[in-house]
Amino acid sequence: MIRFILSKLLYLVPTFIGITIIAFGFVRILPGDPVLLMAGERGISPERHAELSAQLGFDRPIWVQYFDFLGRLFQGDLGNSLVTKKPVMDEFLTLFPATVELGLVAILLATIIGVPVGVLAAIKRGSWFDQVSMTAALVGFSMPIFWWGLLLIIFFSGILGWTPVSGRISLMYFFPDVTGFMLIDSLLSGQKGAFTSALSHLILPSIVLATIPLAVIARQTRSAMLEVMGEDYVRTARAKGMPQSRVVGVHALRNAMIPVITTIGLQIGVLMAGAILTESIFSWPGIGKWMIDSISRRDYPVVQSGLLLIAGLVMLVNLLVDLTYGLINPRIRHK
Amino acid sequence: MTSMTRILLAASALAVTSAMPALAKTFVYCSEASPEGFDPAPYTAGSTFDASAHPVYNRLVEFKKGTTEIEPGLAESWEVSEDGLEYTFKLRQGVKWHSNEKFTASRDFNADDVIFSFQRQASADHPWNQYIAGITYEYYNSMELPSLIKDIVKVDDYTVKFVLNRPEAPFLANIAMPFASITSAEYASVLEAAGTREDLNNLPIGTGPFTFVAYQKDAVIRYAKNAEYWGTAPLIDDLVFAITPDAAVRLQKLKAGECHLMPFPAPADIEAIKADPNLKVDEQAGLNVGYLAYNTTMPPFDNANVRKALNMAMNKQAIIDAVFQGAGQVAKNPIPPTMWSYNDAIVDDAYDPEAAKAMLEAEGVTDLSMKVWAMPVQRPYMPNARRTAELIQEDFAKVGVTVEIVSYEWGEYLDKSMEAGRDGAVILGWTGDNGDPDNFLSVLLSCASAQPGGANRAFWCNEEFSALVAQAKQTSDVAERTRLYEEAQVIFKDHAPWATLDHSTQYVPMSNKVSGFVMSPLGDFTFATVDIAE
Repeated sequence: MIRFILSKLLYLVPTFIGITIIAFGFVRILPGDPVLLMAGERGISPERHAELSAQLGFDRPIWVQYFDFLGRLFQGDLGNSLVTKKPVMDEFLTLFPATVELGLVAILLATIIGVPVGVLAAIKRGSWFDQVSMTAALVGFSMPIFWWGLLLIIFFSGILGWTPVSGRISLMYFFPDVTGFMLIDSLLSGQKGAFTSALSHLILPSIVLATIPLAVIARQTRSAMLEVMGEDYVRTARAKGMPQSRVVGVHALRNAMIPVITTIGLQIGVLMAGAILTESIFSWPGIGKWMIDSISRRDYPVVQSGLLLIAGLVMLVNLLVDLTYGLINPRIRHK
Repeated sequence: MTSMTRILLAASALAVTSAMPALAKTFVYCSEASPEGFDPAPYTAGSTFDASAHPVYNRLVEFKKGTTEIEPGLAESWEVSEDGLEYTFKLRQGVKWHSNEKFTASRDFNADDVIFSFQRQASADHPWNQYIAGITYEYYNSMELPSLIKDIVKVDDYTVKFVLNRPEAPFLANIAMPFASITSAEYASVLEAAGTREDLNNLPIGTGPFTFVAYQKDAVIRYAKNAEYWGTAPLIDDLVFAITPDAAVRLQKLKAGECHLMPFPAPADIEAIKADPNLKVDEQAGLNVGYLAYNTTMPPFDNANVRKALNMAMNKQAIIDAVFQGAGQVAKNPIPPTMWSYNDAIVDDAYDPEAAKAMLEAEGVTDLSMKVWAMPVQRPYMPNARRTAELIQEDFAKVGVTVEIVSYEWGEYLDKSMEAGRDGAVILGWTGDNGDPDNFLSVLLSCASAQPGGANRAFWCNEEFSALVAQAKQTSDVAERTRLYEEAQVIFKDHAPWATLDHSTQYVPMSNKVSGFVMSPLGDFTFATVDIAE
């Protein structure tokens, strides 16, 4: 197992270096100059432009800037935002819990609905349930998130008045951040109604964010189950007169879970992409919205370090998925 | 319905209905963007000033509510010397600074604070100039204060004298702008001693109507009423900014009672908002102009008659109807009609494609093809430049001019549109900073601004026009300035370096319960005078 973990870790090194180059290069390939954007319609004299560029270090050769970025990175310094002038790491740590909270609830929602739906659709293959749920999954998979979010807001918050429109908690609650996770902080605050308010604010955004992963998980579970259900050992179990629940629950599901877990792991990337739009619609103060704002302002340090942090996390999650995979399937770790 | 769903629904219903607290009077503003910081000096965004300069700080002089007139602020009165080179301000006494966990002021506001506030922006050697690495003072620089202010002298604790290098009529308007907010020198020294200088930008201390309470990044800003405010104390107890970037979501929040007032509604929503019995809408002509700037240095656009012919080919009312959905008016002058010295006697080039075609032929211009640049972003003066460009394209086709529409990323657009020899006419606009006509005419159309780094995208340099504008800047006699600016507008119209397109209307939707909100022609959102009915 240790060799297995080490070999996985070794793969991360070149990947990580590759990511630093992409993260650094990406925002600089985009046309647009942060100094010009700061000046806006007014314009800026060439002298002042040169002065500001020098102050921000943009006048140096690109590779010098890259190695400077890399050097600071190894000292744990991700640089300061050009706009707010605050350390990128501080901003990231402030905003990240909001994204994690939303992402976790969304992936939980997607899994606890998606897996049973997929299993049921596979067992009752060809039934109306199978057809309806798989059509719904196809629709969900192709859902334009921005439109979907707005539609839910207008219907549930606007017309029915059941859910709050946006934000993380009602403005009447005001308590200091302890963990950054609103569900936990609201409980810790001891303020009456704070937790339910935080929970009610999570409903719509987590549904919106869960939509695509839910569809993917349901479809993946169904096809994995179908494949496994046709295997000899399942037929044997059935022939032995084992009850259906045990055949599905023990023999089929466990084996079908391997590709499903991989899929869930891969959804982390999808969640990050979805978080960008979801957070923008629901005024959710997370890193998705932060990245979008920073890209449009060409806030180089935030974009490059933010991308790096996000990519690092996705890598970490995928590593964990690989390890879980090894746990579930001994053949993989012994290869 | 399962019991879990029922609990969730009940809980969320409770959360919504109890969104407004019953005890203190809390006013919630659904702001459109996060502030960049809370020190107004280094920033340029309106949303930053709404969150910092207006609630927390004061200036020596202020814009009178709802106007661009100057009134006393932290300076009770002022005198200007005969030659216009010395401004002596008498400061208000007994003005208290806010306090927070780290700071309680030992003294009232005085001359030291004024000098600190300006010097830290003026001098690169000032210990507070770079209190955050890489900080710059763009407004201080772009309003040309470095070359204007020669010296700031403390006459006594409550008298400050500004000595200028040249007479400058808009000087008072310039220092009424947010970047010139007065910060506490004593707070700075306390932060210095504590080694937390950046808190000047995080935990602002000012003299304004509201004290800063807390900011949760990208989510909520909280302020409390300043009970010791030197002016009229606010009527509300708490002011909350709920940061909501999407206009459609802001509107839903307003409708759901999650906020009381919102900026920048989508033009398409205005009619529905007006029809909603729980909402009302304030409207005002914006202090802005949208224009199409020809490159007056390139043939055939160096010929004023060609430019005028093209202007006549353009159906500007159709643009107002289609792009602004009526929320604007056709522009004939480079400054908006709400600004003093607007020359209403000027007659716009009438829409007349036949005459335009004849005029082009008379100038020997046939088979002309040109580029029209469409901005990639929305601005208050131009909600959809692409659509505008398409309408212009159709209009020009009718007089035999072929238009190719081009666009670039915003930063690149701003840069390339100022390049000498630029091919094509550029759609752009301007929103006034300080209500002074000089802020439009000199910044956008003078010979000096036709140089690299300027904002004269027509590259139009008319000596007579520039001389009039420069002369107007040097006298403080408003009647004389008005006359000079009116004359300058006549020259502008004769030479037509731009097609003046529009002045857009600004809308502010709010709950029916709100009273006392006054729209600012400068686009500021201030809440010192608002009240909410229980």
